[in-house]
Amino acid sequence: MPIKKFINYGLLGLLIITLVYSFINLDYSNLINLQFNNLWHIFTGLLQPDLSYVYDGTGEDLVHLMFQTVVIAFYGTFIGSVLSIPFILLSAKSTWGRFQIFPLAMRGLLNLMRSVPALIYAILFVRVVGPGPFAGALALGVQLVGMLGKLVSEELDCVDETPIEAIHAVGASNVQVFQYSRLPQVLPIAASHILNHFEINVRSATTLGLVGAGGIGAPIIFALQQRNWPRVSVILLAIILVVVVIDFVSSRIRQKLL
Amino acid sequence: MKRKDTIHDHLFKQIGSSLLLILLFLAAGQVINADWTEVVENRKQAAFFLEGFLQPEWSYIDRLLEPMIETISMSISGTFLGVITAVPAAFLGTNLVTRNPVITFIFRTFFSLIRTIPNLLLAALFVAIIGIGELTGVLTIAVFTFGMVSQLIFASIETIDIGPLEADNSIGATRFQIAVNAVWPQVAHSVYAYALYSFEVNIRASAVLGYVGAGGIGVMLNTALSFMQFGRVSLIILIILFLVFLTSLISEYIRREVI
Repeated sequence: MPIKKFINYGLLGLLIITLVYSFINLDYSNLINLQFNNLWHIFTGLLQPDLSYVYDGTGEDLVHLMFQTVVIAFYGTFIGSVLSIPFILLSAKSTWGRFQIFPLAMRGLLNLMRSVPALIYAILFVRVVGPGPFAGALALGVQLVGMLGKLVSEELDCVDETPIEAIHAVGASNVQVFQYSRLPQVLPIAASHILNHFEINVRSATTLGLVGAGGIGAPIIFALQQRNWPRVSVILLAIILVVVVIDFVSSRIRQKLL
Repeated sequence: MKRKDTIHDHLFKQIGSSLLLILLFLAAGQVINADWTEVVENRKQAAFFLEGFLQPEWSYIDRLLEPMIETISMSISGTFLGVITAVPAAFLGTNLVTRNPVITFIFRTFFSLIRTIPNLLLAALFVAIIGIGELTGVLTIAVFTFGMVSQLIFASIETIDIGPLEADNSIGATRFQIAVNAVWPQVAHSVYAYALYSFEVNIRASAVLGYVGAGGIGVMLNTALSFMQFGRVSLIILIILFLVFLTSLISEYIRREVI
């Protein structure tokens, strides 16, 4: 098909043009900051982590704040999971029978909720409950509602239908069908999604401090602004360590669940 | 579904773990000073926020066109740089290509280390190193894409058909020749698909990258947020949604027609 080939070459040409245009369009003015001395200074700074910051007993040290970060993620995941239950039920096609317009509307709402970045929710909740870790936890929770609402309601719609028919056949009511065949099939999958989002939330919680929502985010931004590289290095190491450990543990639990 | 999967058989185990979770939740509430009465008392603040949100300030749109194009070109160049560097790195991260467990291990550790750093933190780091600007955003996107795509590529290299590799090996091809002639043709299509996928993710992420000074439409978002012009904030979010929608349409077309 020569016409299709022609169109494909045209698209390739267009792609190359946009690529070149994007690179030309960029503002390269801050390349001058990339000097060797500068980079060497940063590199050596990063190689000497500020270990005195790890624990100093004031409650503002690394161990305490990392713990707070993980707790924010846990609290956010918990309230997000609990709050998402009504949303999941309302947006599952299987719970509505003939009234398919409702799940469609709910899914639209969930899409909107998901498209707002967690940082914006954090700003909102900092205004509502004041700066602090609670605001961060609420922000993560609200964003999680959008995520879980979509993922779990889709799982609820594509479970194995044979046990459902079997329980219907012995005369169970709709509620009993839900309780004994739909729910047990979805629970492990939902738990796995929740654990996965706990991992994601730990990552997000490390940056919420940017807007004053608690956790390790604020100290790392201060350290970055002061160019305090040894401190940046020790905080980054702690974040990497905690994220790796939590990913490992939760992937183990998820393997067991499924 | 087996009988042991039903709720009855695990009743005590499930009640126990639920109680444990609730206790942990209450303890966590103590740690972060959770005070739910504040949420109810200050709901006016949230209402004020939402009100602004529901009234996008459409007249602001002509001032957003330039940062919009800036965001798109940042995402395109960042994705390009990230994918271009991820391909050879992912090849080195698989035993099939290197036949050297040590190199594979080093590369894989490197990939997973890069992926643990959240992209906002990466952006803040680059802002501190090379200063505020578009190039910072491009670098952040490139590193972030590198982490995401290299992981996906080496996972798909692991699943390829090894027949062509053995054939090339038996006629004395070098490892580089094997990588180019036997491995690359098998994964090329998935690489293009991953590039499109990461482009979508990057457009979405560009909203927050500007918040720390990494250029693009996020800079406008930051300004609007600090002046509490929520109509503008909502317009910017809508525009990002529109861009994401547009890129997903384009990438769907490319996936269907070209790849």
